[in-house]
Amino acid sequence: MSIIKVEDLSHVYSEGTPFEKTAIHNISLTIPEGEMVGIIGHTGSGKSTFIQHLNGLLKPTSGTITLDGRDIYESKQFTHDVRFRVGLVFQYPEYQLFEETVYKDIAFGPSNMKLSEEEIDERVREAAAFVRVEEELFEKSPLELSGGQKRRVAIAGVIAMRPSVLILDEPTAGLDPGGCQQILQNICEYREKSGSTVILVSHSMDDVARIADRLVVFSKGSILMEGTPEEVFSHPDELTEVGLSVPEPTSIAMALREKGVDLGSAIYTTDQLVSAITRWKGGPVC
Amino acid sequence: MSVIIQTENLHHRYPDEEEDSLKGVDLSIEKGSFVAILGHNGSGKSTLAKHFNGILTPTEGKVWINGMDTSDDEKLLAIRQTVGMVFQNPDNQIVANVVEDDVAFAPENLGVPSEEIRQRVDSALKQVGMYEYRMHAPHLLSGGQKQRVAIAGVIAMEPEVIVLDEPTAMLDPKGRREVVSTVSRLCREKGITVVLITHHMNECVDADRLVVMSGGRIIADDTPAKVFSQVSLMESEGLTVPATTQVLNTLNQQGYDFPLEALTVEQCAAAIAANLNA
Amino acid sequence: MLRDITLGQYFPGDTVAHRLDPRTKLALVVLYIVGLFMAKNWISYGLVFLVTIACMAVSHIKPKTLMKGLKPLIIIIVLTAVLNLFYTPGTQIIEGVPMTWEGLKKAFLLVMRILMLISGTFLLTYTTSPIALTDGLEKAMNPLKKLRFPVHEMSMMMSMALRFIPTLTEETDKIMSAQKARGADFETGNLLQRAKALIPILVPLFVSAFRRADELAIAMESRCYHGGEGRTRMKQLKYAARDAVAYLLGILFVAAMVVLRHYGL
Repeated sequence: MSIIKVEDLSHVYSEGTPFEKTAIHNISLTIPEGEMVGIIGHTGSGKSTFIQHLNGLLKPTSGTITLDGRDIYESKQFTHDVRFRVGLVFQYPEYQLFEETVYKDIAFGPSNMKLSEEEIDERVREAAAFVRVEEELFEKSPLELSGGQKRRVAIAGVIAMRPSVLILDEPTAGLDPGGCQQILQNICEYREKSGSTVILVSHSMDDVARIADRLVVFSKGSILMEGTPEEVFSHPDELTEVGLSVPEPTSIAMALREKGVDLGSAIYTTDQLVSAITRWKGGPVC
Repeated sequence: MSVIIQTENLHHRYPDEEEDSLKGVDLSIEKGSFVAILGHNGSGKSTLAKHFNGILTPTEGKVWINGMDTSDDEKLLAIRQTVGMVFQNPDNQIVANVVEDDVAFAPENLGVPSEEIRQRVDSALKQVGMYEYRMHAPHLLSGGQKQRVAIAGVIAMEPEVIVLDEPTAMLDPKGRREVVSTVSRLCREKGITVVLITHHMNECVDADRLVVMSGGRIIADDTPAKVFSQVSLMESEGLTVPATTQVLNTLNQQGYDFPLEALTVEQCAAAIAANLNA
Repeated sequence: MLRDITLGQYFPGDTVAHRLDPRTKLALVVLYIVGLFMAKNWISYGLVFLVTIACMAVSHIKPKTLMKGLKPLIIIIVLTAVLNLFYTPGTQIIEGVPMTWEGLKKAFLLVMRILMLISGTFLLTYTTSPIALTDGLEKAMNPLKKLRFPVHEMSMMMSMALRFIPTLTEETDKIMSAQKARGADFETGNLLQRAKALIPILVPLFVSAFRRADELAIAMESRCYHGGEGRTRMKQLKYAARDAVAYLLGILFVAAMVVLRHYGL
């Protein structure tokens, strides 16, 4: 079952002015329900423009987007609902925190949905638990928190809307390795427990390679490649050609192949590389 | 080689804090070397960096730059001219609306004559590969380009040291490569001392020396290869090691005997290939 | 959205108007305004109009671009016109309706005056980069330094503000989108509700502006900034022959206006 279906989507910024710029063109993509999809591409590849279409923040210049089989512009009411059903966490989301307390900030989304007090309370607690924001922090000002905590609060603010699709734009940008690990783990747990569809936008191949079911590679405003991590990383040359770095284990495997040790093409984690090497002893692995 | 930066029992405590952020750091950095300082958030690495040009001064201990004490207000300008700083957020360190005007900022502050500023600006922009962008508006550049402009702005001051405080934290992989290769080239070709503060391991690979900070102290200080080979120490510090080291380390746990110093992808692959083909 | 505002924007170009020294252009605008306020009657207004058109032609700015910039001021212009049309005593145009021929003329001339006043200043900002403009202002106000007026600080503040407008505009756009993604509604509701809806934008914007200011101050100090004393400039403003010609034309224009005014034209 697909949850989001995008057909022939194009977006042109500042149309009709000298600053006109086509950000994405003719993108068609189907996102299956419940999957973790990684979108990869470097800055300016159109990935951020693309995801802002999925919850109706940007209007397509041409093309359609359907959610659960319904065009998101079908009716005003539905377009409004789409904001809550497709939760979008922007890059550096901690810069959007504004309430006096952590609790109120997480509650901002649900209260915009006009829910009852009890319902809001339940959702705030649930969302905070997903990203491991302890209840002791609820009455603190978001400004007092550490960088990693702020980011998790901001993500909770979107999860609290209980979206059926959660999109995160570069959720680990600027964090140290420990902070990155924690956020990625939170996201994996959230997805397991809630069963929602998750779209993870990243330029870190190593992060996405490990946790995504499917990868979509953006380049110059269109989709360059799409498939399982195995499929995508079996074309390392094409990826490096458009300036994307492949996961480091993949580069090691590539260097090995040049030295006459062909370990096969679908290596993108250290575990895979290690087990391929240990198995190789007896001869080439295909 | 002569020492250009030296700290002695350096302690620092921020106002209103109960604990020292730096708890006795002794470090000397040699002229012309490329030193990387690695540590997780809150390890004290940025606090240390801010002592190198007198933005912060020690609450205890001393910091000397080329023999000048950073606590001496009279020397502040000379210290800042010796040690240029590049910061994390590229947007918050660019002061002008045009790239070349921004690069001219420091020499203008130093009262350098106009014609010489022109020469310094052109040469600095060429060194970071941003000369063609000299008339552009900085806010339209990519993150990596902005940081290179910031580096040019520092070079135009003709410093002996460039300290970069997490210059790549907000950049994409392409931007990171641009910045790291630029500074490493400046060090190798122009003999400028580079101190790179980061939490990305793979940026330290090219350095001559890697200093690891934790809890306000230096916990490791050696060549990158030697430091990374202490895998368990790094992991206990919440720092990951490069995938190359990780792979070799895991293989060694399964009975292989690889040198953990094979840090680059090329070295790592060569070591494995030699073993497998044997 | 916010990016589309053209008010006071600079259009890079390479016309004579672009190449004039900013000080010359500032002086020309002053002369232009003086001349404009001397205009009293059809002929003098006509001359100012011709001069405006000539300046537009020289700087390659299309009337359409100017009109676009005038849009936000349309209410003021219409209001001025209506007030003058109805409240000027004289002969009524249609019996019983309080509009007079005198009012019509006055309204027309006043609207022309506002339009030309704004066009003149827009031509300055369209053809002069903000940085050149601040440089020009700093130089022009230099004599005030003797009176302990903080000329350098003022111009530094102005150029910083100009430098950060695009950055903060972009940031505002981002914060707005992020809050919209959490269901914030900026478009509906009464005035009070709309004002309240701005809190989620303004708070993060202020927090970030302060953080930026702080980091910027450290970055500037690190690059040896210590006030205007002993500072040199890479680009020094230099007058060229065209500046002399421009000054001459400006003075001629004002002289012509004085003569026209003397004869009540």
